[in-house]
Amino acid sequence: MSRRNILFDRDTWQEIFGSISKNKTRTIITVIGVLWGIFIYITLSGSAKGMDNGFDKAFENVAINSMFLWAQRTSLPYDGFKSGRSPQLKLQDAEYIKKRVPSVEFIAPRNTRGLFDGGQPPIVVRGSKTGNYTIYGDTPEYVNIFPLKIFEGGRYLNTDDYKYERKICIIGERTKSELFEKEEDPIGAYINISGIYFQVVGMHKTSDEGGFASDSDIYIPLSTFRRLYNTGQDVDWFTIAASDDADVVAVEKQVKQVLRRIHRVHPDDERAFGSFNLGEIWNRIIGFKDGLTLMSLIVGIATIIAGVIGIGNILLISVKERTKELGVRRAIGATPSEVRKQILLESVFLTLLAGIIGIILGAFVLAGINAGTANLDDFPFTNPTVPPSYIIGALFTMISMGVLIGLIPAQRAVSIKPIDALREE
Amino acid sequence: MIKINDLHKSYKMGNSSLHVLKGIDFEVAEGELVAIMGSSGSGKSTLLNIIGMLDIANSGVYELDEVPIKDLDETKAAQYRNKFLGFVFQSFNLINYKSALENVALPLYYQGIKRKERQQKSLDYLEKVGLKDWATHLPNELSGGQKQRVAIARALASQPKVLLADEPTGALDTTTSYEVMDLIQKINEEGKTILVVTHEHDIAKMCKRIVTLKDGVIVQDKKVNQELASKYV
Repeated sequence: MSRRNILFDRDTWQEIFGSISKNKTRTIITVIGVLWGIFIYITLSGSAKGMDNGFDKAFENVAINSMFLWAQRTSLPYDGFKSGRSPQLKLQDAEYIKKRVPSVEFIAPRNTRGLFDGGQPPIVVRGSKTGNYTIYGDTPEYVNIFPLKIFEGGRYLNTDDYKYERKICIIGERTKSELFEKEEDPIGAYINISGIYFQVVGMHKTSDEGGFASDSDIYIPLSTFRRLYNTGQDVDWFTIAASDDADVVAVEKQVKQVLRRIHRVHPDDERAFGSFNLGEIWNRIIGFKDGLTLMSLIVGIATIIAGVIGIGNILLISVKERTKELGVRRAIGATPSEVRKQILLESVFLTLLAGIIGIILGAFVLAGINAGTANLDDFPFTNPTVPPSYIIGALFTMISMGVLIGLIPAQRAVSIKPIDALREE
Repeated sequence: MIKINDLHKSYKMGNSSLHVLKGIDFEVAEGELVAIMGSSGSGKSTLLNIIGMLDIANSGVYELDEVPIKDLDETKAAQYRNKFLGFVFQSFNLINYKSALENVALPLYYQGIKRKERQQKSLDYLEKVGLKDWATHLPNELSGGQKQRVAIARALASQPKVLLADEPTGALDTTTSYEVMDLIQKINEEGKTILVVTHEHDIAKMCKRIVTLKDGVIVQDKKVNQELASKYV
């Protein structure tokens, strides 16, 4: 008797397909469990990936190991000072911090008019057009921490601009549209900021997610800013980036400790200097994302397993129902291994069929969610894909579970002797 | 064709054992049509099951076409059944979700015969039992007699050496029974060895030899003048 390779034989599949397609109700009920499982798995892990991408996109312009640091009021008396004093950050603090805290990679002092000082933003005039815009005094180092998108043809301020206190500025997209004609090229043109003419050297595009930055901001060299608004050595706040391998939270503590010493603040005074640590927030988001991914994996796999167990369950019942049929097959020449293989392959085939339909349905739902959230800028959800390794992993899980679970009804089918199966009346 | 010597079979029933076959000596030559008769509990079905390799004797010799049948595991038994034997059951035992043609083709599938050949052969056998036009019908669309004829076609499809029929007319009315017996006689005329288990005398008389069992032994073994079923059809 010839023994064929059962897996690659068209007849095997025809036999299985026959058995499956002729028992439609059973097949459908069986398939739904796994279909639901893989559907949940795909939708969940795709959504987790979508949120992952969404967060990545929201923070793509930000050095995630960075922080803002400003002075507040002291809360403890120290060194002859009463509490409630406001220390003033100074330009030279930057050099000192850099020297004392080696993990600080970049430190950019910033000053601003029209944002935190409570006053009207300065008036900016060009010809007959005017507007009030927030003015930032910056050092060239700032873009190392928060990269700015500069439109083609323009540039950001450089070290020479800073050194020679040049009267140049980088304007925002909105500033351009409000002060210039539509077709006009702003680069090289002059605008009047607080009574002084500045040449426009660049135009920036601000993404919405960059905190308090807006597309109307005007950047000028900090050196020029100091002369324009007579701020001396005063600094409104520092923007600091730690080196990639540093612990941002530890760096923040060290910098504050250094500042307390410089400004004669009590070493335990936690309120004298305020800060906003993006790195810390980012760490929390990463933790949240990882947790979400892990949870979706666990829930998804568990649901798949539950579904496959359901298949095994129903096959077990169906083996009982088909006792007679299997007995007949044995009587007319099916060997136990052929019967076993048939039940096993039915199990695996049903599992796979359900899996593939579930993957397709899941993909449709993800595409739907993606389309539905495409225009929601404040909802972090972008491009929800399921990595191929996840799908392969899920398929592998399904096949191996399908085989393992299928073994139980297959063994049951074989353990029934044909004579017992046929003696039924 | 079949040679049986001092065959014993007993079943364990709790603590006691039930001695069903108590030393059967029995031979069947090629081309015979033998009826095995007896009341229920006489052991006739057990004997047929042992001949059909669905059951194993406790002791004794069984040779089929000069092949000693012993030490069978399930796989080997299945292969022998497929190669040597064709079964016809009282309740037809067709697979209800397969068409008549697919049912007939099933033993050929387990023989590893290619699909095209399988279908052609199955169709030939359906034609032989007069059901070629019913090839695509499911069993529940057929009458009892038709079902049994499909079952006979299935039993013949694997070209067995012996056809074993366990009460083939037990579920059929008299007219249909005679039609089925007519078919069995015709197959026998072509040279096939056939064993029919029955408890109906009119069916037994349509065979060429009647073996009667009682309480696990053969009490009578006689050749009879075959009555042709075609007379009644």
